[in-house]
Amino acid sequence: MASKKLRKATGYLLEFACLLSALLVMLTLCLILYYIFRRGIAAVNIPFLTSLPTPVGEPGGGIGNALIGSAIMVGIGSLLAIPFGILAAIYLDQNPKSKLAAATRFANRVLTGIPSLIIGLFVFTVLVLRTGNYSALAGGIALAVMMIPIITLSAEEMLRLVPNSWREASLALGASKKQTVLMLVLPAATGGLVVGIMLAVALAAGQTAPVLLTALTSRFWLENLQQPAASLPVLIYTYASSPFPDWQEQAWGAALVLVTTILALNVAAQLFIAVRNRRL
Amino acid sequence: MTQSIAVQDLSVWFGRHQVLKNVSLYAKPKEVTALIGPSGCGKTTLLRCINRLHDLYSNATIHGKIMVGTENILGVNIDPVELRRRVGMIFQKPNPFPHLSIFENVAAGLRLHGLACGRAAAERVEACLRKAALWEEVKDSLDRPGIMLSGGQQQRLCIARALAIEPAVFLMDEPCASLDPVSTMRIEELIKELREDYTVIIVTHNMQQAARISQQTAFVLNGELVEAGPTAEMFIAAKDDRTEAYLTGQMG
Amino acid sequence: MAATKQTTRPQNGEGVFPYLTAAAAALILLLTGSILLVVLWGAWPAWQAFGPAFLATSVWDPVQNLYGAIPAVFGTLVTSLIALALAGPLGIGTAIFLSELAPPWLKKPASFTVELLAAVPSVVFGLWGLFVLAPWFRVGPGQFLETNLGFLPLFQGPSLGIGVLTAGLVLAMMILPTITAISREVIRAVPQELREAMFALGSTRWEMIAKVVLPTGKVGITGALLLGLGRSFGEAIAVTMVIGNANLIPSSLLAPAQTIASLIVNEFPEAFDLQLSALLLLGLLLFIITLAVNMIAVWLVQRTTQGIPSSQEKRPVKRRTLRRFFSNGQ
Repeated sequence: MASKKLRKATGYLLEFACLLSALLVMLTLCLILYYIFRRGIAAVNIPFLTSLPTPVGEPGGGIGNALIGSAIMVGIGSLLAIPFGILAAIYLDQNPKSKLAAATRFANRVLTGIPSLIIGLFVFTVLVLRTGNYSALAGGIALAVMMIPIITLSAEEMLRLVPNSWREASLALGASKKQTVLMLVLPAATGGLVVGIMLAVALAAGQTAPVLLTALTSRFWLENLQQPAASLPVLIYTYASSPFPDWQEQAWGAALVLVTTILALNVAAQLFIAVRNRRL
Repeated sequence: MTQSIAVQDLSVWFGRHQVLKNVSLYAKPKEVTALIGPSGCGKTTLLRCINRLHDLYSNATIHGKIMVGTENILGVNIDPVELRRRVGMIFQKPNPFPHLSIFENVAAGLRLHGLACGRAAAERVEACLRKAALWEEVKDSLDRPGIMLSGGQQQRLCIARALAIEPAVFLMDEPCASLDPVSTMRIEELIKELREDYTVIIVTHNMQQAARISQQTAFVLNGELVEAGPTAEMFIAAKDDRTEAYLTGQMG
Repeated sequence: MAATKQTTRPQNGEGVFPYLTAAAAALILLLTGSILLVVLWGAWPAWQAFGPAFLATSVWDPVQNLYGAIPAVFGTLVTSLIALALAGPLGIGTAIFLSELAPPWLKKPASFTVELLAAVPSVVFGLWGLFVLAPWFRVGPGQFLETNLGFLPLFQGPSLGIGVLTAGLVLAMMILPTITAISREVIRAVPQELREAMFALGSTRWEMIAKVVLPTGKVGITGALLLGLGRSFGEAIAVTMVIGNANLIPSSLLAPAQTIASLIVNEFPEAFDLQLSALLLLGLLLFIITLAVNMIAVWLVQRTTQGIPSSQEKRPVKRRTLRRFFSNGQ
């Protein structure tokens, strides 16, 4: 009987250890969010969001150009990656067993498996080194390369969820394959596609290394896509690494803006999934 | 060692859905009691109450009494872990542990409860495998994974695993549902032998099986126990019209 | 005329659409191939100049144009292993809690918290590590180690706050969600009937976990740990911010060091010619290592999540979660 008590006690002890580790994980997130909020909120106000950075020592100064830069580069990334990814996913869905499909799936795996830094190196070598200057366009392309495999993989999965019987019904009505895909399969999968895109955008918006290596940063408004561009993550990185307290303060402010945006996208995606699951 | 099982006024809810309504049933020691009824009637739920597997799922509410021997196993002072040691269970799908060898599968319960080790464990495992009529087939491959066996052999392995901890009663949830006719026959033979030492309650879809192996049959319908009685009598002349309808194939 | 044309058209008139989709798929293939080729091409001059000695020397001197990878490789390995040692047990413990122990109402929000932690950008971990964790570490655990274990070379002071151990800590926080989420999916894939079989033998909940869930999921959990390791190998910005960026083999866990990724981030903007090529060679090394680790890990995880026969009570593995955490990008 004593051994039975021991068995139970050991069990409870180890279960308690699991509970503790779960609490520690939650605590990590809470600590990060707490500091971001506490130290960031002091820096954030309307002028901070809309003005250019000022030189060290001058009061004021904001992240306006970084916000625009991030938005534009994520925008370029999305514009390239979304149609690209969805088209590729349609191919994978229509020809699931072809050699090209197998090779593409493998390539997608490879793309998701390599660090974002490498993608930065790639775009740097191909674009920045060639043209001789860092640019918003190169930054957007680097983000597109990151987003493409994510969107392709999630889109393929969403398309696969559309029942075959629907497609057959459409084909039986005399619709072409193309019409079936565009008029029936894609609209039916829209919800899932939107979730995948939101998560890809959230991921791209937080990238530092690929953007740093391709768009560098800038202290001015972005006037054309051939120029270097500021972005929120790079701004946080450079300000945090600087020795100036007011810049460090602004790094916290920028982090608050970035984290809020990204977490909002994640929560929205989660809600989207929850609502859709309830409806089904 | 062998104990009777008496279910008294048992009601079970999953959430707000009542799946068993005031069920009472007495299973004699050294007899096979068969629970029959259409799918979803609650017979598996009844079986799983007897070793309190529903405790694992928080949405189940259980009222009533289940006496195993002289003890109400639904009582608050009963430890389900201790109870399950005394109640062997065989599941619908053979479920040997995939990461364990044939030997270790049978020894799993022994190890758990520190019942035997070394030579003693080996002897015990052999005895259980013999009793489960599996020894001759596996004695040269005890180190191979349990899942390498055929479905029927796996199910006999599971029976040996349950035998090893010497339970007082045996619960079987459609043990032949996923097996071919030959394997089914072997398991049925085995159940007949188990009857000599244990109280057995078996859930089955198959009325012929109930007729072949059980001494008592209970018919469950929509969560109610419609009728229970000696198998021979029930199959010849059911007292309730619904039982009659089910047995003659006019239902489910 | 017009009518016949319209009825026949949909049959064979798919137009360029199939070609367009095939081109998109082919482009992904092309893109992946060209990433490898471009990095290879860029790294070639450095490989010609140094050959295998690149991996066996520890001097990194842009002035004399001498480059060796040992300090960066060493730093990468040490920080990542520290991260794995910390995040591994915590992540698996959390996964067990989320899938086996937590009351049902808590499971979803708690799992979502883990996903949120994964969504926090690398640079924010760096910022937090630099201004919150490092100062605390310097006077807290760092000081403690220096005073009490300083006689060991491993914990020789001074405790600066930034350094190998802090980088390991930040990395651990970053790979925790990966290890947790993947382990949880692996554990979910363990069939319910195996759990019940163990319970039916009279096991306690923990015995069931230790003797059924963990052994059955062993391979997949190993995959989860490897995925975490791969992610920490490639992590750039956060590490750069807290490791101190000293390009030498650190004498102590409290000393500053360098990883492959942090070296690239630090020197890339000003590098040219041979230095640039040497950095690309480091990049190639990182590419190969992370890719190999990631591929093995994904294979292990998929073997478990797809290989275990489906259970009676369906607990489908969340493919979305798997896909998300298979990704190295962050």
